[in-house]
Amino acid sequence: MSSDQPFITDDSQVVTETRDARMTGQGDRFNSRLREAFGSSPFILTKFDKFLNWCRGSSMFMLQFGIACCSIEMMHTYAVKHDLDRFGSGVPRASPRQADVMIVPGTIVSKFAPRMKRVYDQMPEPKFVVGMGSCTISGGPFQEGYNVIKGAEEVIPIDIHVPGCPPRPEALVYGVVKLQERVANGEASPVTVKPYELEEFSDLERDELVDKLADQIDDDELVMRYNFADSP
Amino acid sequence: MSLERPDTVDDGAVEQTPDELEALLGDLVVDRDDHLNAPGFVIRPDTVQETLRTLKEQAGYDHLSVVSAQEYENRYESIYHLKKYDDPTQEVSIVVPADKDDPVSESAEPVFRTADWHEREAYDLIGIEYDDHPDLRRILLPETWQGHPLSMDYDKDRPQIATLPEHANPLEDHHKDAESDTMFLNIGPHHPATHGVLHLKTVLDGEQVVDVEPDIGYLHRSEEQMAQSGTYRHQIMPYPDRWDYISAGLLNEWAYARAAEDLADIEVPEYAQVIRTMGAEMCRIAAHMLALATFALDINGDFTATFMYAINDRERVQNLLEDLTGQRLMFNYFRLGGVVWDLPEPREEFFSDTRDFLDQLPESIEEYHNLITSNEVFQMRTIDTGILPPDVAKNYGATGPVARGSGVDYDLRRDDPYGYYDELDWDVVTEDGCDNFSRLLVRMREVEESAKIIEQCVDLLEDWPEDERNIQANVPRTLRPDDDTEIYRAVEGAKGELGIYIRADGTDKPARFKIRSPCFSNLQTLPEMANGEYIPDVIAALGSLDVVLGEVDR
Ligand code: SF4
Repeated sequence: MSSDQPFITDDSQVVTETRDARMTGQGDRFNSRLREAFGSSPFILTKFDKFLNWCRGSSMFMLQFGIACCSIEMMHTYAVKHDLDRFGSGVPRASPRQADVMIVPGTIVSKFAPRMKRVYDQMPEPKFVVGMGSCTISGGPFQEGYNVIKGAEEVIPIDIHVPGCPPRPEALVYGVVKLQERVANGEASPVTVKPYELEEFSDLERDELVDKLADQIDDDELVMRYNFADSP
Repeated sequence: MSLERPDTVDDGAVEQTPDELEALLGDLVVDRDDHLNAPGFVIRPDTVQETLRTLKEQAGYDHLSVVSAQEYENRYESIYHLKKYDDPTQEVSIVVPADKDDPVSESAEPVFRTADWHEREAYDLIGIEYDDHPDLRRILLPETWQGHPLSMDYDKDRPQIATLPEHANPLEDHHKDAESDTMFLNIGPHHPATHGVLHLKTVLDGEQVVDVEPDIGYLHRSEEQMAQSGTYRHQIMPYPDRWDYISAGLLNEWAYARAAEDLADIEVPEYAQVIRTMGAEMCRIAAHMLALATFALDINGDFTATFMYAINDRERVQNLLEDLTGQRLMFNYFRLGGVVWDLPEPREEFFSDTRDFLDQLPESIEEYHNLITSNEVFQMRTIDTGILPPDVAKNYGATGPVARGSGVDYDLRRDDPYGYYDELDWDVVTEDGCDNFSRLLVRMREVEESAKIIEQCVDLLEDWPEDERNIQANVPRTLRPDDDTEIYRAVEGAKGELGIYIRADGTDKPARFKIRSPCFSNLQTLPEMANGEYIPDVIAALGSLDVVLGEVDR
């Protein structure tokens, strides 16, 4: 070997611990399952759907979405110590159009619910929702409040519920990882009942309340109607 | 009269006796209705402005803390809680009854700007109308809401409709010619820079902000109603944790504890007071750290460095708080008459952890100064932007770091002492830049003061004799304060004056529970700071206010 050759081409000269470890099979880190699956061949055969699901589950883009107390713990989940990014799911996106997972961290009240629905609708398919905390499950400590929606599921479908008030960051990490697992396996949640849908005002049943508001609200304006008595 | 009383001379607030006030108001007073905290004067609903102006201009009551409204069997009532910025222990309540069938009362807005939002809230939740009010409409609930939820005949189960309108440009009419058309821009309610669910209706002329109106209510969780349906002893305490949820839990709990303890005459043991003081200051550090982190995020878009540094420090103090209370965020640690449990065992470990934290704090603060406050870009964005002059701040009832950043020397820990604060050695921090930068600086320096306080508390606790560690007073199982006693008490929360008004009706639940949140008043100053500035300055100004929507909307 000449000394003007910048790279060592003789393999036997390359001695690093990593390489050693890999050759002797101690460094599990490098002998990943993927590598095993690949073997010596650069091709893998799988179902296209399966492959895509695996991709989806491995790179989830979270919507940067704070509502209430739970969002403080959500921020901690993204930040040092807990670092959700380690699981391939920690890049918060400020725009719903770039995100595929919405973590709903907090209490949803009547004025906010239609806005949240709109943000959800703006996310591209396929999209997933993690409900964080008791409030998104049921209204939590504010269940009895006159203004509180009794769970996010009344408005948008939820894939994973993480209980707690607020759930610790570890719990949220667990929830997200569970979601990733399900996504990778191609499991989608059934779309659950949504009693509070956005509708055009003119599409509402003409009851007393609608009549009363008729001169204040345009026919084609989107509205959400709350039947507090009927929700759980 | 005050010349003979050296204790009031140094801050310049002349103290009037209730009788002198009555004489000053003369015919305006129709009755007396004293509260536990202050003399109360009942006036006619058409003399609100005159009364408040007299008190403001001739007696120096320049701080309208809050307007509490409520409905009785036979009347409506608005109470204006007045204080002095120079000496908040001097208080007076102005009680304004309004007719049951046609509740109309004069607006105080021309005298105190802050009354604008407070009266809108009273209209929204209770249904009192204010004559002369510049803009009386709902503030917390959707415009189309039916009924007033804290009034007596409200039916919780009735259906409601909330609209999702497209927003029109509110200034369009004034700018018909094509040359100078303005643009309407919604910021929020879902936006990373609004610190939660806040909607700013912004009107731009080119890059400049012509008008900005905060639209709140996206997190109005019926907190007052929740408190009114809980019993004093145990059922209310969990809720304060959820007002200012940025880890300021213990500070909030103290607001409720202070009001309820004074109402029910409960004496808190000294040992518990020291623990409370220590815990509360830890919470303040945690809260200010997050304020710093998110402010850096707003200004530099700096998610990786400053944000992570500050969160790291916050984690440390949260660990201490977790050791102390058993929870990371919703502590629920205070009990009426003390705290729920003693310091964690082994105590030495807790003390040494706390000391470790305090020891590394100066170094981290140095780091923040290197990272942020000495950063040129940061300075250009924050110095001399978002100007809030002290008299404007006072007129809006601003408190906490927002007021102190404008040079208003007002801190309830010193001026209206509670807990163990007056036994300890620390200083109130003020800055007189009146800009975004000063408000940040106040928070950073306050962290150092809090550290001083914690250190002294740790010293005290360490030496506390084992058989005198009394964490709770004897409190009756059920508390039933006397019928028709009323109290307003405030503490210095992380964001400013956090006050609670309670009216007892002889049962074990409060008849009216009103929360005076500092953020509500502070946020109201945003248009003053942002009009005429550029859009990024609005974001900076909002960040420097450090609002928490849970507390704004309650
Ligand atoms: S579940 Fe608890 S912590 Fe989360 S938003 Fe609701 S009240 Fe706050």
